[in-house]
Amino acid sequence: MDYEKLGFRAGLEIHQQLETHKLFCFCPSELTERFTSKFYRTLRPTQSEMGEIDEAALEESRRRKKFFYLVSASSCLVEADEEPPHSANEEAIRIALGIALLLKADIVDEIHFMRKIVVDGSNTTGFQRTALIALNGNLDGVGIDTICIEEDASRKIKEEGNKVFYSIDRLGIPLIEIATSPDIKSPSHAREIAEKIGFILRATKKVKRGIGTIRQDLNVSIKGGARVEIKGVQELNDIPKILKNEVKRQIEMIEVSKKLRKRIRTEDLKNLNIFDVSKIFERTESKFIKEGMKKGVILAVKLPGFAGIIGGIRYKEHRLGKEFSVMAKMEGGGIIHSDELPNYGISIKEIKKLKELLSCKEEDAFVISAGKRKIAMKCLKAVIKRGMQALKGVPEEVRKVVQDSFTEYMRPMPGKARMYPETDVPPIKIDKKMIEEIEKNLPELPDKKILRMCREYKISREEATQLVYTGKDEHFESLAVNYKGFEKVIARILLNIIPEIEKEGYEISFLYKKIDIIIDGLRKNLFAKEAIEKLLRYFAVNPDANLKKAIKECKLEILNEKDLRDIIKKIVSEKRELIKEKKKRALAPLMGLVMKELRGKADGFLISKILEEEIERMIK
Amino acid sequence: MVEVGDKVEIRKNGKVYTGIVMPHHAFSDKNVVVIKLENGYNIGIDLRGCELKVIEKRTGRVKRKFGKIPSNKKKPYIALLGTGGTIASYVDYETGAVYPASTPEELAFAVPEIFELCNVETKILFQKLSEDIIPKDWQRMARETAKYLNSGKPVIIAHGTDTMSYSATALAFMLKNLNFPVVFVGSQRSSDRPSSDAFINLISAVRVALTDIGEVVVTMHSNISSDGCFIHRATKVRKMHSSRRDAFISINAKPIGKVENGTLEFYTEYKKVSGEKVKVMSKLDENVALIYYYPGFKKEDFEKITEDKNGIVIAGTGLGHIKANFIKIIKKLVKDGIPVVMTTQCIEGRVNMNVYSNGRKLLKAGVISGEDMLPETALIKLMWVLANEENVEEAMKKNIAGEISERREIGAKNLYEM
Ligand SMILES: [Zn+2]
Repeated sequence: MDYEKLGFRAGLEIHQQLETHKLFCFCPSELTERFTSKFYRTLRPTQSEMGEIDEAALEESRRRKKFFYLVSASSCLVEADEEPPHSANEEAIRIALGIALLLKADIVDEIHFMRKIVVDGSNTTGFQRTALIALNGNLDGVGIDTICIEEDASRKIKEEGNKVFYSIDRLGIPLIEIATSPDIKSPSHAREIAEKIGFILRATKKVKRGIGTIRQDLNVSIKGGARVEIKGVQELNDIPKILKNEVKRQIEMIEVSKKLRKRIRTEDLKNLNIFDVSKIFERTESKFIKEGMKKGVILAVKLPGFAGIIGGIRYKEHRLGKEFSVMAKMEGGGIIHSDELPNYGISIKEIKKLKELLSCKEEDAFVISAGKRKIAMKCLKAVIKRGMQALKGVPEEVRKVVQDSFTEYMRPMPGKARMYPETDVPPIKIDKKMIEEIEKNLPELPDKKILRMCREYKISREEATQLVYTGKDEHFESLAVNYKGFEKVIARILLNIIPEIEKEGYEISFLYKKIDIIIDGLRKNLFAKEAIEKLLRYFAVNPDANLKKAIKECKLEILNEKDLRDIIKKIVSEKRELIKEKKKRALAPLMGLVMKELRGKADGFLISKILEEEIERMIK
Repeated sequence: MVEVGDKVEIRKNGKVYTGIVMPHHAFSDKNVVVIKLENGYNIGIDLRGCELKVIEKRTGRVKRKFGKIPSNKKKPYIALLGTGGTIASYVDYETGAVYPASTPEELAFAVPEIFELCNVETKILFQKLSEDIIPKDWQRMARETAKYLNSGKPVIIAHGTDTMSYSATALAFMLKNLNFPVVFVGSQRSSDRPSSDAFINLISAVRVALTDIGEVVVTMHSNISSDGCFIHRATKVRKMHSSRRDAFISINAKPIGKVENGTLEFYTEYKKVSGEKVKVMSKLDENVALIYYYPGFKKEDFEKITEDKNGIVIAGTGLGHIKANFIKIIKKLVKDGIPVVMTTQCIEGRVNMNVYSNGRKLLKAGVISGEDMLPETALIKLMWVLANEENVEEAMKKNIAGEISERREIGAKNLYEM
């Protein structure tokens, strides 16, 4: 696909947990399943600015959800909203400022925390504390609009009816939020930028690692489409596929809109009658309908002009019918539409009767919902609403990632967040001295580090790149400094040998601790470098053995030159015929034989030298 | 001239920041101006070396509009009196400033759900922070409360939580023959926050106001969940935590009862409402001191503080003790007709000066045992007794408003149950 031609625009919003205690208290930023108690709350929406009571909001608060909060050693009265927040964690601020500097952003002169209203219960306070710390950064030509520091929300454990269970261990963990401008040009570009930001974050060594510690949201639109926010992207590798899918979906929705516009106008979708069509299905064979009947009724509505459109036009996997289904699912029910019929055991006769009753013409579609009248009604109303949006084009909305990098409607695009100052937290003046101090301790950016490592340790660019991007650079350097001349060996251990052993299913975490003693043994000539892999494999099975035992068990004692020559002589004389025939060219096949016997017991270079000499002697 | 609410453009080091000027934060640097950016965030910009230009003056403030307070003749009437505090507070989303209800409408609409239960008549008596309230304010509260009670309405008083139990205790002594409940209520999380305890507290207060409790009570969260509220006797309740929403605890007594999901449960006996008119006895002798004893307290300081007082309450150690060499001074005070009441800084438990020799000496010197009265309750009672009763000692020992209990049950001391 030509993304430039499509008018593809995308931005990233990255949330990364910082490696320090919580933002507004001294609780550890650790998740745990050891819950000690719980409490519950109801949240009440506050009044709107105008002071009018929003009827819908009040209705909502009447059947309000109960939020249960699970307490553990990772939370105190602050997370429970039972004690005012302490001053912001200075270390977290420093880490965030460091990242802002790495992203070349302008740091504000004074940080002011805000309260961003969130009433889904994920924050015990009903708001999230967040502060803008820097603006207008840049990364490889992509603008970094804003960098914020904020508190992470509670962790949802489960939902049961109107009860939602949260663990407040995650609540308050400092997060840095990095939002790029919509400068990203293609799905693969998005992945590249997300990866780069990830590297920069990890380069600080002050961010959390592991599942759930970094979260990416995507913003994407194409020409003629609309801005859609995609939440919950876990894997970097999924980004291109998710974006490609969203582009296809928007193209499909644009096609839907174009086709509908030729057939109908908005007025045609107003005042649509929803009919009780239960009678038609009195003797139905359809399981779906029968199940629904048991619970209540069968309702149907005509969607004028929608025939052949709901089932998909260009990309059937992104058909409008899927959007309809999700809308119905959110109301607690399900639907069937005419584009997918006959199916589900619904007979042609029934379809015909339905079309008659709804007076469907050729271009008209219909949608059925079966079940409790109230729910079925809500489902069809939701479908009609979505149908109206389809006529207009691509609705702006928030979607979540579901299986196979597809997305699903989640909620409407939130209006401008209601934010007001967090008066309980004092502002933080950022002075020059503080910035200078942070600047001094900034980590090297990956690109620079790779160049320096090539230069300093005489390793290849590829090796350096791999070390940096797998996060093994620090370990490498700590070893390389102590073992001059062994840098290549160390890189090979870290990048090849240990990962290979890991692939075979061994627990390798303790192997890293053995590298030191192995290199030390190598330096003392206790064995040849060819033996390293054998040794590590031995340690993988015998983690408690010491080096001496390992060398012995692996039969790796280094041979002196005389013993070495004797063994080689023996092999050479055994292969007399071969040498007579091939003369000097016998070196290569013989080398293989010799190495099989001697690997790790002597330096390869020395073996090769002796072998060459012995062959020469034989030829003479 | 730049004012709060103006839209400005600030140029600094080649960068341009556009936003609306916010009020200066008390802890903000003096060179910093705080602006709200288009994205809703506030940032502080050091104005030194900046160019600031007003691009749009603040347009008229959007005034908060309220409908009429609904009325339904079938529903009971209550009076809701505002004295300050955060139970009815609003946030100005534009500037972030939080301000308390300043009109009867603002007070009534803080929790509109109460209209479902009753008709509300509101009045702002004053707007004071809890710590700024003085005994004169108690007297005014008592007189105003009596007016509403005698016009047939139970009274709910919205109050800051810090000194709420003081005010409630004062009214418990001042108001006689209560014909309706008098309910004090507050909030530990201001009502402008979605997690505020104000709603449950106020709704519960309304439920209590519609009962036959003929006492002054405090209705506040029973635990940190959104369960409901305890009904505490004014003279027995104390704020026992600086921030928790279940900070209010009945000391040396069970709460009178609990309101949960609209139902009431009673744990103890209570005085029923009287059929008579309420009588106000609001006179106070404010010239009373409450002295918190500590090791190293200087005798001279004690003398100085007590010099011109008409009554003294001591929060002594343990069962009710202070250093032996204070006893002589106390003896003299009592001889001069100054009552000295002993309470315990343990807060929980009863004073008993028979057990140790210093206690016995104090009793001999004429110290009045405060029994299991809270030190603050004893203080307010002494103010009231000095102004209203002939025999001070006798009155101090008598249970007037539920402030003294004879028995303390085992297990009553269960502060924070979750
Ligand atoms: Zn904490």
